[in-house]
Amino acid sequence: MLRTRVIPCLDVAGGRVVKGTRFVDLTDAGDPPELAERYAREGADELVFLDIAAAAEERATLLDIVERTARRAFIPLTVGGGVRTDHEMRDVLRAGADKVSLNTAAVADPSLIARCARRFGRQAVVVAIDARRRNPEPDERDAAPAWEVVVRGGRDITGQEAVAWAERAVELGAGELLVTSMDRDGTGDGFDIELLRAISRRVAVPVIASGGAAGPDDFVAAVRDGGADAVLAASIFHRRIHPIAEVKAAMAAAGLSVRLVPEAAA
Amino acid sequence: MSARIAIVDHGAGNLVSIEGALRRVGADVVVATDAAALAGADGVVMPGVGTAGPAMERLGRHGLVQPLRAWLAADRPYLGICLGLQLLFDASDEDGAATLGAISGRTVGLEGAPTVPHIGWNQVELARPHPLFSGIADGVDQYFVHSFAGAPTDPSVVLAHTTHGRRFVSAVARGRVLGVQSHPEMSGADGLRLLANFVALVDSGWTPDRSPVTGPSPVVGRHRAASRAGSVS
Repeated sequence: MLRTRVIPCLDVAGGRVVKGTRFVDLTDAGDPPELAERYAREGADELVFLDIAAAAEERATLLDIVERTARRAFIPLTVGGGVRTDHEMRDVLRAGADKVSLNTAAVADPSLIARCARRFGRQAVVVAIDARRRNPEPDERDAAPAWEVVVRGGRDITGQEAVAWAERAVELGAGELLVTSMDRDGTGDGFDIELLRAISRRVAVPVIASGGAAGPDDFVAAVRDGGADAVLAASIFHRRIHPIAEVKAAMAAAGLSVRLVPEAAA
Repeated sequence: MSARIAIVDHGAGNLVSIEGALRRVGADVVVATDAAALAGADGVVMPGVGTAGPAMERLGRHGLVQPLRAWLAADRPYLGICLGLQLLFDASDEDGAATLGAISGRTVGLEGAPTVPHIGWNQVELARPHPLFSGIADGVDQYFVHSFAGAPTDPSVVLAHTTHGRRFVSAVARGRVLGVQSHPEMSGADGLRLLANFVALVDSGWTPDRSPVTGPSPVVGRHRAASRAGSVS
């Protein structure tokens, strides 16, 4: 039976793992390959590197850390942030990434998804969708919730409906969707279950939940109630608030199928 | 260990992980983009993601199809990973491409799967013991990422099954020609062990017919790391 994946996300900038509230108060949290290897040992099912600077002049630095990571952490690695063309995607895969996540560039030019899927296979193409609730006011509580796509790390609102974009991305060739709630990201209020459910019931590809995880119960809810196939988090793992083994133990106790890594308990 | 393993480059992205993993378990690794690179090898690893058609096309352009067919016909050690397993069959339903034809059967779509692609960790249930899985528990979790799987016509080549909706063949063995649908290079310690087993089999000059069950004990070490930057074109 296919396991539910637990995926730590490492924000990287300038060749280092950074932490903070996405773009502000960044502090150095270590060497990406070293942290990646530690997470692999502790039971991570997969890793995501998110290049939050996504600056063209830092591409070589990013490719270097991808390569150093691929040589020592033998679990799948997805790299996202600033990939604009299929040539750039090729460079990232060649450096040792197994998948590339596309976000802003795919919204600007959806055909990029199709080009990348044709060239590298859809399993290598993750489309990251950052979504924000359209009507958060209490008086509209009874209306069906709706979300819109935001890009450039939440700075630009596109007006595009998130569920429709998810379906379109899959039609074009996305092999997986990484769905982040911008309302919940960094808040610790839990994943946006309604958003996850709205998307997961409409697509056949795996959905990775992101944004808002505070504790093991949130991971359980994202899967059981939100229909997510995998759950991603950053700060709760970096700050060692909840180790991966603890999250997985809680998921297993709730009846979810997870991969338990014996050496992680030691 | 000194077994020289040629990783065949058919242009499908990431070779760094498989190269790094094979080096980690002590193999002497060369990335093969032409027939000459195969000539000096003791074993072949065919990695892979992507689709059969473009991979066969690229193998053809680099003059590798006939040497690989000869390699397989001579029952020389081969480990196909994911697409590298699927290429062993006659043809692929994914794009209709004719493949290497070493094991009769076709590559077919994952029918009845709840999600496609099948992405993530799933269990490999052994149909019979084999030295490739020496020291690895039956039902081991391995990482999968694929939408198609091999359907051999001869059940005796089936080494393992995995279930995603329906059961599919997740490992095959015919003499020294082996294939796994999962990615051992992305499957942590047990994946490294599987690769170490293959390298040890190649190194020992293993004869499948005489000792089909007991394999050499796997050795995981850091041998010859970080030489050869990898002639990835």
